[in-house]
Amino acid sequence: MAVNQRSKTEVGIVTVLLFVVGFILSIPFIWMLLSAFKPNAELIQLPVRILPQKWTLENFTRLFTEMNFAIYLRNTLILVGCSLIGLLLNAMAGYSFAKFRFKGNRPLFFLVLATMMIPGQVTMIPVYLILNQIGLTNTMTGIALPGLVAAFSIFLFKQFMSTIPDALLEAARLDGAGEFYIFFKLVLPMAKPILAVQGILAFIGAWNSFLWPLIVANSQDLYTLSVGLALLQGQAGENYALQMAGSAVMVVPILIVFAIFQKYIVNGFTMSGIK
Amino acid sequence: MARKKTLHSNQPAKKRLKPEPYYFITPAIALLILFAVLPILIALVISFTDMDLRGITDWSNISFIGLENYRVLLSDPIFWTSLYNTFFYVIIGVPLVIICSLGAALLLNYGSNKLFQFFRVIYYMPAITNIVAIAVIWGFLYNVSYGLFNQILGFLNSGPVLWLEDPTIAKLSLIILAVWKGIGINMLIYLAALQAIPKDYYEAATIDGASRRLQFFKITFPLLGFATFFITVTTLIGWLQFFEEPFVMTQGGPLDGTISIALFIYETGFSYSNFGYAAAASFVLFVIIIIATLIQFKLRKTQEDL
Repeated sequence: MAVNQRSKTEVGIVTVLLFVVGFILSIPFIWMLLSAFKPNAELIQLPVRILPQKWTLENFTRLFTEMNFAIYLRNTLILVGCSLIGLLLNAMAGYSFAKFRFKGNRPLFFLVLATMMIPGQVTMIPVYLILNQIGLTNTMTGIALPGLVAAFSIFLFKQFMSTIPDALLEAARLDGAGEFYIFFKLVLPMAKPILAVQGILAFIGAWNSFLWPLIVANSQDLYTLSVGLALLQGQAGENYALQMAGSAVMVVPILIVFAIFQKYIVNGFTMSGIK
Repeated sequence: MARKKTLHSNQPAKKRLKPEPYYFITPAIALLILFAVLPILIALVISFTDMDLRGITDWSNISFIGLENYRVLLSDPIFWTSLYNTFFYVIIGVPLVIICSLGAALLLNYGSNKLFQFFRVIYYMPAITNIVAIAVIWGFLYNVSYGLFNQILGFLNSGPVLWLEDPTIAKLSLIILAVWKGIGINMLIYLAALQAIPKDYYEAATIDGASRRLQFFKITFPLLGFATFFITVTTLIGWLQFFEEPFVMTQGGPLDGTISIALFIYETGFSYSNFGYAAAASFVLFVIIIIATLIQFKLRKTQEDL
């Protein structure tokens, strides 16, 4: 829209609208945070008060002392670590598809793309059966393994790696560098922007993963934060303050990570050419 | 180097089969085949069997029963309820997500200073937060006696609304939550598309005296065609697989009022261990998704032909 069309009142209206909609969208987060610092008795008091009368950290300490949240947090962080290994595998595959002509390049790449269309509900039972057959149910490996590789991630890596000039790789080869040396010392450092985007997305995905850990983990020792939170909802059905604190433990770190790195994510969408 | 040499297929086999590219792709491809391609085939096979918990421990307990699972499925009232609910979600949810994300994108596209960047983050926040945490938070918001929503309604002298306790209202409550969560990512896609529209179009239209409304319907909306198409297809597929919200918030209740096909599959598979039956249901979902996607592509094509 041409700049000269914008009157002062119009900008004012849009700004107010932005604030109102933004506020409405954030109500659940604001409510969660305020409730997490209230004693539960205050939450079920009518009429409702917005700000806590008595600020307390008791809900958070209870999560970690009585509710196993320390173990859930550890498992979630292990999963996040595994997702970074997955990221490396995706980057390697993307590089190979982008920079080598080999037998089966195109059909294999087509296969990768085709797996994007398979709904999770169709594969979850067979994947469970496969893991059961190789004895990986109820293990951390079984939770992490099926999600390591993602077709969309390979696709984005391939798109990005195609832009790396061939001449550069040629030069390194003439100097006698091995393929793995080239990949780790030359290609990966050049791919930093796309690694950043995908690293954040992988982090968010692993941090939030819920259904698969729920299916594969039978013992509480293997639960992730989100599974633990779902369990908490059943255990502490009437203790809303505790539930809100649990939610805050899940939500706040991801919001911080996102707020810091959001620029990369937004640019990532432009880079991947979805318009 | 590899690139040029292998272009000619009459090169010696030794050169053509350089091992390095295979080292790079093998881990990823092996995992994809094991956890995405093979499962599809297994799902198809077990959907023709009566596999259950006994079948897992001893394969001799599995027998081939042909299309029996599919036949039973078609006379299963809960399956039909889940189909009905899923279509309810799709028909109301998909347009709502598209309208709200376009609206948000138009607002955010108005400026590019720090304020607008800040609001971009705010608007995107629901999309990246964990679904269980969201369900827990919204469950509290929807609580009939202590929830914020009913408190506000009470303040306005109306309500209380039985957010999650009436089958139809519960469906709508889940849709509100899912739309709130679904705006973020689609808004970003719309935003990228809006920023790609050349400014000259609007300048020319303004000189010709076209109103802002006319400009929106004649320039903006048509040029967002691909983005709208992309968002419609992905949103549609997403809503057809609607799962976590009813799973965490209502467990499919009240009276199966919120059960979706995906939840039906999960429950038959993992709560009742009827793997064969669940696999059959998952294939019905798969076929519905494929058909819906093909219809979208077909519509898109006729649109372009006009």
